[in-house]
Amino acid sequence: MQAELIDIRNHMAQYPPFDEMPEELLDKVVESIEVEYFRAGTPILDLGDPNTWLFYIRSGAVELFRRSGELYNRVGEGDIFGQIGLLMNRKVRFPAKALEDTLTYRIPSETFQYLFENDDNFADFVEIEDHSRLRSALSRREKSNDLMTARVTRLIARKPISAPSTVRLQEAARIMTDQGVSALLLMDEEGDKPLLHGIITDRDLRTRAVTEALPSETPISDIMSEGLITIKSTAFIFEAMLTMLHNNVHHLPVMEKDEVRGVIALSDIVKYESQSSLYLVSNIYHQQNVKGLKKISRDVRDSFVRMVNEDANSHMIGSAMAGIGRSFTQRLLELGEEKLGPPPVPYCFLGLGSMARDEQLVVTDQDNAMILDDSFVPEEHDAYFLALAKFVSDGLAECGYKYCTGDIMATNPKWRQPLKVWKEYFTDWIENPKAEALLNSNIFFDLDGIHGNIRFADELKALVAERASNSQRFLTLLARNALNRTPPLGFFRTFVLEEDGQHRKTFNLKRRGTAPLSDLIRVHALACGSRAQNSFDRLSAIAKTKLIIEEDLENLQDALEFISIVRIRHQALAIEEGREPDNNVRPEDLSPFERNHLKDAFQIVSNAQKFLRFRYNAGVGRNVQ
Amino acid sequence: MSSKKSTDLQPQDQVPTDWPARYQALALESRHPLLKAFYQAGCVSADTPMSDVPLIAMDFETTGLDANQHSIVSVGLVPFTLKGIQLGRARHWVVRPKLPLHQTSIEIHGITHSDIDDAPDMSEILDEMFSMLNGRIPVVHYRDIERRFLDVALKWRLGEGIRFPVLDTMAIEAHLHPNRRPTRWQQWMGKKPVSIRLADSRGRYGLPHYAAHNALMDAAATAELLQAQIHHHFSPDTPIGDLWL
Repeated sequence: MQAELIDIRNHMAQYPPFDEMPEELLDKVVESIEVEYFRAGTPILDLGDPNTWLFYIRSGAVELFRRSGELYNRVGEGDIFGQIGLLMNRKVRFPAKALEDTLTYRIPSETFQYLFENDDNFADFVEIEDHSRLRSALSRREKSNDLMTARVTRLIARKPISAPSTVRLQEAARIMTDQGVSALLLMDEEGDKPLLHGIITDRDLRTRAVTEALPSETPISDIMSEGLITIKSTAFIFEAMLTMLHNNVHHLPVMEKDEVRGVIALSDIVKYESQSSLYLVSNIYHQQNVKGLKKISRDVRDSFVRMVNEDANSHMIGSAMAGIGRSFTQRLLELGEEKLGPPPVPYCFLGLGSMARDEQLVVTDQDNAMILDDSFVPEEHDAYFLALAKFVSDGLAECGYKYCTGDIMATNPKWRQPLKVWKEYFTDWIENPKAEALLNSNIFFDLDGIHGNIRFADELKALVAERASNSQRFLTLLARNALNRTPPLGFFRTFVLEEDGQHRKTFNLKRRGTAPLSDLIRVHALACGSRAQNSFDRLSAIAKTKLIIEEDLENLQDALEFISIVRIRHQALAIEEGREPDNNVRPEDLSPFERNHLKDAFQIVSNAQKFLRFRYNAGVGRNVQ
Repeated sequence: MSSKKSTDLQPQDQVPTDWPARYQALALESRHPLLKAFYQAGCVSADTPMSDVPLIAMDFETTGLDANQHSIVSVGLVPFTLKGIQLGRARHWVVRPKLPLHQTSIEIHGITHSDIDDAPDMSEILDEMFSMLNGRIPVVHYRDIERRFLDVALKWRLGEGIRFPVLDTMAIEAHLHPNRRPTRWQQWMGKKPVSIRLADSRGRYGLPHYAAHNALMDAAATAELLQAQIHHHFSPDTPIGDLWL
């Protein structure tokens, strides 16, 4: 390579897979490059044409499409495309079109072949979207995913804009407009440095001020959000994404020690990573009716597959999918309230089970409930809440969240009750536990307020955390239920197979893997009085109490991650191959690496169940399916 | 650049459209084998679509702006077509100027006295240069530099100068922005002049900013700019005769 082309080499050296390439090899790559410019809107690759180049985007943005014409991916500066066609039959598999004016560096197939055969890192990288990637092991999962390696500070574009919390509504709106910001921090001088009191956003102004027609002289402190959710400046972007998804906030102040470094918005993350599931979330909030929601719900699976291919971990995928599910629910509730008018008494909409645990995947039922204010009078108010529950439930079904077969939905009058009734339910479950009844109410011990008066949900969480740890009988029965489903391991470490619906010999990764794990983690978490819902968070909470020794906890964590990720990949593979995703895996579908590690993971589950039986004196579990 | 006219595309009558015939005549007239071979390699006809034209981006760094007083210090050549710029065939040479380096020009291109102490005279690189130039239409950003300096340099070394058509990306930009200097009234209203310098022109097409400035990167940058200009304002079917000067 001519040394004067260093600019080109340096650019590529910033981006994977070229960032880890030896210098001499990268020089060779640069020498083989042909540069080509594409004007926005022009095709770069047409379906079925010979694919003889790997494209590297020097500047601009490109969209890749599926055979059907659906958008498959959007790639930008530093990304590559064309590798799948090169790996398969040298025919274009995903047609590409310039979204912006784009300068590409084309790497010829001979160079591509050479790199593929001589640089393992390169080979691994370009296989990302190849199916074999899904079959391969956890070992090379650590890198790639930019969201997981880049810090939130990268998204901060400017100093935070703030005002004293004494300003009036109109003044606040004026400052936001003048400064061109979508969020204003409210800070007051207290002692030697300013203290962050709250935040007001565009959305707050719309929903709280304009809709309620508040006078312009209203003090901003009346409508600002307090009890702020913030993020540390050392956090990774994906953590910010999880925080936003979980709390349904669109702005996060970034804190360095006690000081605000800046504010990042959901749109910043979307801009940074246009394929992130947050993009889908922000889109959900823009839909004006069920039809629109149904339309974009088709992107959920793509978003899921993309995260899998980007090597996101199970926590990230589970949270993202739960966040998406939560957003659909929230938007439906907003639309329902628009249609039916404001609720006659305050209420809180609950997400249950995997959504509450932030462990949702693509094949999922809707499990939900409603807590109503204690002033609720059925004759006067229930018609409204039934209509709202039905609107949401039907809407969710339209969007691919199947009705719950156990009828655990807010449409069921039993699960649409005032707070005092809910408190009685929980008190009864905990203080007078019956094995059978508990089996059905298990799901309520993973609960999360997702809309309305979230305080109601928090009261129930507090009640559970306080009472559950003191009721030995409750814990014993809960533990016994958690032993009902055992991992599919035979005596000699062979897999125990069952026949699935299509008469294939399989084992069920959910029923025999992740579910028994989250069940037993729940028992320990309730025993320690933890309010955490997510299984990984529960493990962290348990760690603080010394209930389980650290090594065992780490093992549980690894087992949960491994079984979850194998299950996730199994589903992603099915989606990519156009099959309906499920949880039934045939041993021959797994790589030897996966088979071995799954056996280890199941062994850990089995040992943990033995400990659970001993610890809570749970006796012999019945072997129910 | 003394008058506006000189940087616009010139009126048809001033442009020798029949470059192929001119090359044939020059092939007979010229005495030096390098130049004879250059003209014999021929020139595409004026009606050849841009997409079929073999091109070569050329950029010189010089000790100043006057070809009769200043010298070439480095040469960048990048062969390309509308479909691709071949970086592997790009070449860059530092050559020893006839005249001393001025401090100001050192600041621009970063070539220092020690760089040129070991550098060859331009005569030593001409064989290789012409092997790349033959049969290709040169593309430059501001033709007054490359065309004049090469002409003078060859007169000194081969005893005869050189004639060739060029595609001038700066002239194309100038043509696209005829009123780029705002009137006093417009200036007072805050209108900024449109710059047709290489980096500024590239910015208008979404082309990246290159940190390094050397004859090779500038030649590559010029090649990219021409691709962008053709795709935005002309077409791959545009005959080269519409654009060459």
